[in-house]
Amino acid sequence: MKVHQFDAVIVGAGGAGLMAALYAVKGGANVAVVSKLYPTRSHTGTAQGGIGAALGNLEEDSPLWHAYDTVKGGDWLSDQNAAKVLAEEAIDAVIELEHMGLPFDRTEDGRISQRRFGGHTSDFGKKPVRRACHAADRTGHMILQTLYQQCIKHNVNFFDEFHVVDVIINKGAVVGCVAVELGTGEIHVFHSKATLFATGGWGRVWSVTSNAHSLTGDGAAITYRRGIPVQDMEFYQFHPTGIYKLGILITEGVRGEGGVLINGRGERFMERYAPNIKDLASRDVISRSIYLEIREGRGIKGKDYVYLDVTPETVNRYLAEAGESRRIDRDYVESKLPDILDFCRTYLGVDPVREPMPIQPTAHYSMGGIPTNVNAEAVIDEDWTVIPGLYAAGEVACVSCHGANRLGTNSLVDLVVFGRRGGMAIADYVKHADFVPLPANPSAEVESELNRIRSSTGKTRPGEIRQQMQRAMMDGVGVFREESGMKAALDCIYELKERFNNDLSIDDKGMKFNTDLLEAWELGCLLDIAELTTISALERKESRGAHSREDYKERDDANWMVHTLVEHQDGIGASLRAGVKPRINLNKRVDTSLSDVDERFAPKVRTY
Amino acid sequence: MEVTFRIRRFNPEIPGKNKPYWQEFTLKDVEETDRVLELLHRIKWEQDGTLTLRRACAHGICGSDAMRINGVNRLACKVLVKEFPEGKKIQVEPILGLPVLKDLVVDMEPFFAHYRQVMPYLINDSPLPANGRERLQSPEDREKFDDTTKCILCACCTTSCPSFWANGEYVGPAAIVQAHRFIFDTRDEALKERLDVLSEPNGVWRCRTIYNCTPACPRDIQVTRAIGEVKLAIQRGKREGIVVDPPKHSGQGMG
Repeated sequence: MKVHQFDAVIVGAGGAGLMAALYAVKGGANVAVVSKLYPTRSHTGTAQGGIGAALGNLEEDSPLWHAYDTVKGGDWLSDQNAAKVLAEEAIDAVIELEHMGLPFDRTEDGRISQRRFGGHTSDFGKKPVRRACHAADRTGHMILQTLYQQCIKHNVNFFDEFHVVDVIINKGAVVGCVAVELGTGEIHVFHSKATLFATGGWGRVWSVTSNAHSLTGDGAAITYRRGIPVQDMEFYQFHPTGIYKLGILITEGVRGEGGVLINGRGERFMERYAPNIKDLASRDVISRSIYLEIREGRGIKGKDYVYLDVTPETVNRYLAEAGESRRIDRDYVESKLPDILDFCRTYLGVDPVREPMPIQPTAHYSMGGIPTNVNAEAVIDEDWTVIPGLYAAGEVACVSCHGANRLGTNSLVDLVVFGRRGGMAIADYVKHADFVPLPANPSAEVESELNRIRSSTGKTRPGEIRQQMQRAMMDGVGVFREESGMKAALDCIYELKERFNNDLSIDDKGMKFNTDLLEAWELGCLLDIAELTTISALERKESRGAHSREDYKERDDANWMVHTLVEHQDGIGASLRAGVKPRINLNKRVDTSLSDVDERFAPKVRTY
Repeated sequence: MEVTFRIRRFNPEIPGKNKPYWQEFTLKDVEETDRVLELLHRIKWEQDGTLTLRRACAHGICGSDAMRINGVNRLACKVLVKEFPEGKKIQVEPILGLPVLKDLVVDMEPFFAHYRQVMPYLINDSPLPANGRERLQSPEDREKFDDTTKCILCACCTTSCPSFWANGEYVGPAAIVQAHRFIFDTRDEALKERLDVLSEPNGVWRCRTIYNCTPACPRDIQVTRAIGEVKLAIQRGKREGIVVDPPKHSGQGMG
């Protein structure tokens, strides 16, 4: 075992982690970034369409409108103070990315170009607004590359391919983490004053997902096992337009450029569900509409998918119908959506400039996660009590600006805004904080779990358990939910956990680059996340945002303007051997600081 | 259909497997639209968990799963089985020119060291716009380096380059692509420093225009063209007037 000491350790090297690292280093802290992937492999790189900021480069816009869209998109579960910070600081954050070198597309007069995106409107929902700042359809790629470039420029210490498997708690504070070095299998203990988790989401809980194989919920699972609560886990977003069967994302930017959804009868069905902004309604609304069309037998050829059509003929027909003067041609689509065209041509043999793309909703984004305040400090209860030394930002965190459903582009905004705030908060904190000593044998418990998996001699391969879990979650805890389906999923998860603990078998018994072992360990995280998601979803007896129950169809503001906290019964510093022991706490009220003073922010029926 | 893979294996920890060797795996119920990555996963998950490879996003953006498939550098997630003649074995081996650590996993550190050599970050110490807003850049100037911003650092180009195989000190095509992205960005002010690095003996002149890199690129970057433009910039000592008709987004992948 090797022990390292840094002022701050950032776990995960996507957009949030790199932004936090950059700001902590600029603030004078000695920082290590520890990531199971090379930083440029992180999933931020796959974000396509844009990053929202009310720059107003092409038409009038305001951060207040952006905050409103965020709160409305979140079906009023968003903490309004966080939505306000998100929208206001987005402007500065995007300008800063440009200063760092990010190659945004440009307007004719040389400013950052902006496009429309789902749920982003002007003047409190009146009409769609051009707010998404973009670099072709690889905006996330450019953000990730630019931030990594800046980290190299600022000599950030990277521990690439170090897989963090535990968080260390002593005397009520987080004092570091434990990692496995992939190349050697050696255990490393990172002792720090501050630890920030930026490990991303957990789409791999479901069978159809846009997420990388690496998105297994490690950060939230690790911290939960040690007694840090998770929040709003039932709110998981299914993006409406994944490539049929593969789940690969087709950006909402396609619809921002004029693309439309078409059912098996050739109808633009979103006209019925969202008469005002149609195909640019929120993602949860569109995913449900697609499911309803399919259920009514109006999928393509009666099957479980619909078309996304961005052929110039179709787009121009609807632009003309809407009285817009703009027209598009094939070259325009090629230049605005090169990666999307490449995906469809490669994986489907479909050329989107000539024919429509078959799509279905795909598991995409977790609104829930490690609860934090707006400075990315982890909070452990309804009183917003901070646990010293622990921070979280990006998808793994729940700040909660996204509430019950995240708007497109806001994930990128979230990671730069709250990654930056986290980095600044850490730089301040480590200046005056002392190192809390490590406990005795800080890696012993997780090492014994890893050794159990490595030496397992049961009959069940991890892949078998993973596949069954993914199917159960897709069936029971997907776009639509009801009690019996969720209970069946939960029973399945318990049974799979039993097999994971007592009948597992892996082939690779070695130390070096043992991905068999680490994939199995990741499966343990996924199972915990699936359980926490399902018990949270069972608890919330209403429909709101991405959580849509057929047995409780209405939103219930009288009873449910609260976050769902799942706490560990053994509290902070729980032993890994205790396993998952959840207790639900429904006392954390949603922050309503905007609607308290501005009637326009008050909850109302959510129509688009 | 049934597909047989022939995979180059190496495990430094196990006697008898600590020298490179070939191993075959046969999979049943393969669809022609299955990707090589999915099938390697099936081998790992159903037959032999020790098979070791890198992967993450599985749709050609993260750059983790570069490997040599039937003798050509590809991303395993972007290759469909239907590309290959039915009944023939599909051969998979690690990319060349970097030390193999285990099976299909190579040591990427030398590759990233070359990347860092070219100062892969914007350098501009001039005062920022006084109005607190973005620096301006015309769409035409932006277009000049668009192609090289697509690079995902997968190493397909560098490890297909015979000049790199012959001399690992050569910075390689990927590092030059990264340098191109800044050399032709009108916002960057370190043109001279970058051109100095690239005119060193192991810089851009090691390129013999063999052209392996361009078809190897899973992002369709015109790599050889970018290297040529950097050579011209060194010869002329400036960036202006070199990229006259930048490659258009083609979007047409190899597979």
